[in-house]
Amino acid sequence: MIRASGLGRRFGERRVLSGLDLSLDRGGFLLVTGPNGAGKTTLLRLLAGLLAPTEGALEIQEDRGRTGFLGHEPLVYRELTALENLDLYGRLYRVSERRERTGMLLERFGLWDARGELASTFSRGMLQRLALCRTLLHDPELLLLDEPFSALDAGGAELLQAELADAAGRTVVVASHQPDRIAPHATHRLALA
Amino acid sequence: MTGYLGDVAALARKDLLVELRTRDTVPAMLLFVVAALVVFHFALPAESSRLAASGMLWIALLFTALLALVRAFVGERDQGTLDGLILAPCDRSAIWLGKTLSVLAFLLFAEAVALPAFALFYEDVTWELVAGVALANVGIAAVGTLLGAMAAAARARELLLPLLFLPVAIPLVVGGVGATVADDPGRYLAFLALYDLIFAILSWASFEYVVTE
Repeated sequence: MIRASGLGRRFGERRVLSGLDLSLDRGGFLLVTGPNGAGKTTLLRLLAGLLAPTEGALEIQEDRGRTGFLGHEPLVYRELTALENLDLYGRLYRVSERRERTGMLLERFGLWDARGELASTFSRGMLQRLALCRTLLHDPELLLLDEPFSALDAGGAELLQAELADAAGRTVVVASHQPDRIAPHATHRLALA
Repeated sequence: MTGYLGDVAALARKDLLVELRTRDTVPAMLLFVVAALVVFHFALPAESSRLAASGMLWIALLFTALLALVRAFVGERDQGTLDGLILAPCDRSAIWLGKTLSVLAFLLFAEAVALPAFALFYEDVTWELVAGVALANVGIAAVGTLLGAMAAAARARELLLPLLFLPVAIPLVVGGVGATVADDPGRYLAFLALYDLIFAILSWASFEYVVTE
């Protein structure tokens, strides 16, 4: 469950987000839209705990250790292989049976054959797929996705659509410039100006 | 505790693996420390004292360490992977300890070359010198990693880190040179050990506040 009241964030003199009230029950699916600079990324980083609000209050009941965050950066080490990246994150996120889970996600997102290759050799789309594997690795209760379709080809987009359709029980917040793809799954919408 | 130490080992292993593949830091450290010792060798008059040679060695080691410390968190910040580590439910001090251990390993590599070079150009390496370097390494890595994390967030990190680190490292130079040249090295070695203990605890406890808002 997410509750925000009067939530705001400034960067120096610049106010990116202001006076935002938000309520999303556990298992809810929120689609966040808005033009560039409206504060979508800032909102997701606030929800992830990567930024602290400068105004208002934010309450999140989901287990912080089970937050899956997909941002603009894939958050993977370019000098490690896909398998090494997921093994490291799996260990830090306390994933039980992480080898099986890692293998299953790599298979699902079409990266199994590239599992031993350095992430630095991956295309942008492959990096996004690897980032999705990292995000889903620990079976998150709270899923925060910022432009998740970015760089994905048609096959990758289909896999992600299937993942979102199967998100029952998870609280999901997605910021996207392609609302048509998310809208069928969304239970709530927030348009930032 | 096993989970904590496992996290530390996994994070340190990751840094060593990254360095093994990129060779970004250690070769630069080796070249710098050897070059510095060679230049100092020709800069010092032939009749220079043991005190001067020791001082030069410690300056070379300290500036070599800065190379490792400046780069310690640059990759994590630039690739955004520090966010991935911060989001993980592991204890954030494990991130500091893992990074400190990898910096320590880089320092040991550099000194494995620097001390024989010192013996070649200046004078014999004594056990007091080795003990002093080993103890100073811990302090340099502990406090330097914390300050490296702070500086990595800034635009002028190459300038900021020396400004933050060098004043805090002065006691390490005093202790290191004292342990190398004094008649009673034990006092200086104990001082270095105390410095390590205090700054390692402070860095361990405060790292969380440095990497989060």
